[in-house]
Amino acid sequence: MTSFSLIRILDRGAIVFLVLLAVFAVAIPALNLLTPAGSSFHVPTYFVSLFGKYVCYALLALSIDLIWGYAGILSLGHGAFFALGGYAMGMYLMRQIGTRGVYANPILPDFMVFLNWPELPVYWYGFNHFVYAALMVVLVPGLLAFVFGWFAFRSRVTGVYLSIITQAMTFALMLGFFRNNFGFGGNNGLTDFKDILGFNVQAETTRNALFFCSCVALLLGFLVCRALVTSKYGKVLVAVRDAESRTRFLGYRVESYKLFVFTLSACMAGIAGALYVPQVGIINPGEFAPGNSIEAVIWVAVGGRGTLTGAVLGAFVVNYAKTYFTSGFLAPYWLFVLGGLFIAVTLLLPRGIVGTINHWRASRSEARSAAEIPAAMPQAAE
Amino acid sequence: MSPEKKTTTALLYLDGVSVSFDGFKALNDLSLIVEPGEMRAIIGPNGAGKTTMMDVVTGKTRPDEGDVYFGQGAFDLSKLDETEIAELGIGRKFQKPTVFEMHTVEDNLLLALKSDRRVRGTLLWETTAPQHERIDQILETIRLSAVRSRVAGGLSHGQKQWLEIGMLLAQEPQLLLVDEPVAGMTDAETEQTAQLLKEINREKTVVVVEHDMTFVRELGVRVTCLHEGSVLAEGTIDQVSANDRVVEVYLGR
Repeated sequence: MTSFSLIRILDRGAIVFLVLLAVFAVAIPALNLLTPAGSSFHVPTYFVSLFGKYVCYALLALSIDLIWGYAGILSLGHGAFFALGGYAMGMYLMRQIGTRGVYANPILPDFMVFLNWPELPVYWYGFNHFVYAALMVVLVPGLLAFVFGWFAFRSRVTGVYLSIITQAMTFALMLGFFRNNFGFGGNNGLTDFKDILGFNVQAETTRNALFFCSCVALLLGFLVCRALVTSKYGKVLVAVRDAESRTRFLGYRVESYKLFVFTLSACMAGIAGALYVPQVGIINPGEFAPGNSIEAVIWVAVGGRGTLTGAVLGAFVVNYAKTYFTSGFLAPYWLFVLGGLFIAVTLLLPRGIVGTINHWRASRSEARSAAEIPAAMPQAAE
Repeated sequence: MSPEKKTTTALLYLDGVSVSFDGFKALNDLSLIVEPGEMRAIIGPNGAGKTTMMDVVTGKTRPDEGDVYFGQGAFDLSKLDETEIAELGIGRKFQKPTVFEMHTVEDNLLLALKSDRRVRGTLLWETTAPQHERIDQILETIRLSAVRSRVAGGLSHGQKQWLEIGMLLAQEPQLLLVDEPVAGMTDAETEQTAQLLKEINREKTVVVVEHDMTFVRELGVRVTCLHEGSVLAEGTIDQVSANDRVVEVYLGR
C-alpha cells in the first residue's frame, strides 16, 4: 500500500480516534494492574471486563455501520453473526475444561454427559485446538453471511424486506440453539470456562490481556473499514446505497459489491463475539434474540450512521447508559429509556452524534469558502 | 454470446417488440433500426413508449415478444441484465437526472469512468495520470470544472443534466441513450447541449428522446415519432412534422 493511500485512510478524525483508542487500551490495564487497590486511580477488574465488553460491542457496531451506513443494508440480525463467533470461541473454551468439569469427562462437556451422549458430535471435532476455533470464529459467520447474501442480493431483496429476513434468520438460529439435541448446550449455553490458551480466564492479568486484545481488534477493524470506505470500492458502495439501479446501469454488479461487504461485516461481528465470550464467561441462545440485533442498530443510529467513529461512540454511550440505568432503582425503566433514546435520536439528531458534528463543521467551512467560489465561476464559464 | 446471431448492419435492432404492463401495451410491435454512427431523435406524446423502449434496450424491462439485438446482431439484449448490457457499451442518461448526490462531481465521473467493474478492481484502485486527465477533460467539456469538488446533490438541475451526460462520456459507450437531456434547461443551455451532443455524435451513436421541438430541429437528424407503442412516422424533421397523423396526435394544429 502506498503512502498516498495511508493519508487517504487516516484523516484527522481517524487519527484522533486511533490515539484515543490506544490511550484507552493502555491506560485501563495500567490503572488496574499498576495501582494499589485502595488508590483513587485504581480501576477495579470488574470495570476492565465491563469496558472489554463495550469494546466488543463497538466492533459489532462498526461492522453494522459498514453495511448500513455505507451500503444501505440494514441488517436486523447481525447479532446472529456475533453469537456464532461467540459459540465458536465457547466451544474451544468448553474443550479446555477437560476433566475439571462436574462429571470429569476428559472429552465430553458436562451437558453432553448429562444428556447421556455417547460421544462427541462430529462438528465439535477440532475445537480443542485454538487455531482451528479461531478460524471457525471467522469462517462460520462468514459462510452463513455469504450463503444468505448470495440468495438475498441475487434476488434483489432490499430495504425493509431484507431487514425482515435477517431478523427471521437470527430468530430461527435462536430457536435452534435453544434445543438440547442441537448440541450446543441448549437453554444453558456454554459456560463454566476455565482456561484460554493455558491462562485462567478469571485471572486479573488474563482479563486485562483480553481487554487489550479487544482494543487491538477494534483498532484493526476500524483500519480495515476506513481502507474500504475511502477506496473506490467504498465509493461504489455509497453509490449503491443512494442509487442502486443507477449503479447497475453504469455496469457495476451490485450483488457482488453487497455480498463482499456483507460477508466481511459478518466476519468482523464473529470476531467481536469471540472476544466477548471469555470476558463475560457465558454464551447462550439469548444472544441470538432479535432484540439484541436491534439494540446494536440503535447504537449505530445514536453515534451516527456512516461515520465509523460514530458507531464506536454510540456503542459506548448507549451501553454505559444501559449499565447505569439497569443497576439500582432505575432498572425497570431501561427499555423505556432505550425506546425514548431511539425516538429522540430519530427526531432530533437524525445524523447521530458524530454525523451532526461533521455536518455542522462541513456547513461552517462551506460558508467560509462560499466567498471564494463566485470569483472562480466566470472564469470557468468562458 | 448468443447462439442465434442476426445478420444486420444495425448497431441497434428492434423488431416486433411488444411489452405490456397489466394489459396496457406500452410497446406494440415496435421496430426500430439505428445504424452505427447515427444520431436519432425520438419524439412522441406522453405514454408513446419512449422510455419503455429505453428500458427494453438497457435490460430494465424484458420484452414480451420481439427481437432486440446490439452490435450488428451479435448480442441478444433480451437475454442480458442491466450490468451486462452496460458492459457491452450501452450508456443511458435518465429522464430525471440521477447522479450520485452524496459524491462530489469528480467522484461521479470517476465512478462512471470506463474501468474494471469487478470488486477486486475497485478495491485496489489507484487513479492513473491519464485517467485524471480524462476526468479533467470531461469536466471541461461539461463546464463543471469550477464545481468539481462540490457534492453533486448541490448542483442546479441543468448542471446535473450535464454531469449525467459527462458520466455517459466517461463510460465511453458505443451507444448513448439520452432521455430528455434539455428538460428544465434555459434556451442558452439547450443550445449548448445540442452542440455537445453533436460533438459526441462524431464518434458515438446516439439515440435521444426529447419533447423540445426546437432542440430536435437544432440537432438536424433523422426523427422517429412514436405513438401508442409503435412507430408512427420516420424521416427528417420536416417530413415528420408535415405528417398529418403526427400533427394530429402530437404536435397539434
